[in-house]
Amino acid sequence: MYVIIAGGGKVGYYLARELLSGDHEILVIERSSSRAAEINDLLEGTVLQGDGCEASVLDGAGIARADLVAAVTGDDEDNLVVCEIARYRGVSRVLARVNNPTNAQLFQKRGIETTVSATEAILFQIEQELPVTAMVPVMQLHQGLELVEVRLGETSPVVGRTPREVLLPPESLIALIVDSGGVPRVPGADTTLTAGDALVVVTRAESKGMLQEALIGGAHGFDT
Amino acid sequence: MGCGRTGAAIAGQLDQDGHKVTVLDLNASQFRRLPDAFGGQMAVGNGMDTDSLERAGARDSDAFIAVTQGDNRNFFASQLAREVFGVESVICRVKDPERGEIFGHLGLQTYSPTSAGVEAMLSMLVPAGRT
Repeated sequence: MYVIIAGGGKVGYYLARELLSGDHEILVIERSSSRAAEINDLLEGTVLQGDGCEASVLDGAGIARADLVAAVTGDDEDNLVVCEIARYRGVSRVLARVNNPTNAQLFQKRGIETTVSATEAILFQIEQELPVTAMVPVMQLHQGLELVEVRLGETSPVVGRTPREVLLPPESLIALIVDSGGVPRVPGADTTLTAGDALVVVTRAESKGMLQEALIGGAHGFDT
Repeated sequence: MGCGRTGAAIAGQLDQDGHKVTVLDLNASQFRRLPDAFGGQMAVGNGMDTDSLERAGARDSDAFIAVTQGDNRNFFASQLAREVFGVESVICRVKDPERGEIFGHLGLQTYSPTSAGVEAMLSMLVPAGRT
């Protein structure tokens, strides 16, 4: 596989080093000439000095035959430009590092589905470890969908109802119910939701506020 | 977005023509470039930041013009304006003509001062009356 990495900082360098140990052809594009020279020695001469945001530099790197382009600089705008040019040149797999997690939505709207954010990843771990939160993220799925776990308290407006009677935000679905005894059940017509149940729900990132409102109740930052 | 010479002049002209204008710049001292009579809004903030654009009123605007010094910043902010805020008319200044051409295929109206300058100066080289 031919992989072009735009950005020879710490992320780009270690990524290249890991990939080189596999059986991949790697090219790192680094703008700074001193940094490029520094890592070129360490990466067996696979570094091209230049601005990866320039189409001619990418063309010189043989972008047309790249199987994957990873834009991993510390600037989100540069990463977006690299990905956009790469896709315009016909690269099917592009991947971007996103430094500001709120920028991920723009990448997604531009059709760059795969973004990696260290901030988000750490936040995700922290949220998972907080036991007080009634809604815990479990996993991010494709196409903006997420898997979350919601614990029903005594005051939840859905206690005593069946899953079918619960009004959920669009494209949300109760996938699994785990009762307080730890027994998992698939939601059915005769299932009654009980305080202490943990619901595993598929939802959209932007619907989490509404979901919380529906299942837990109260004005928990209603997100419209 | 970007209150340099170009941004300030565009903002001043649009304001004078009776449009509702907001100028966005990271550095408040740049607003000194605006004409004294400027009656629009001045917002300090980063045009690549969703919250700053929201505060500057991007959601209700009909047009967005990105004229900072950075081609990539202009591109990023323009795509935010278009894709996230649904701004109808988005104009992005791109100094690198090569990049400008590609950005033009990606949903933006782009303007390259480099290409325009090259063309203008080359046309001056030909003496009047000769072809």
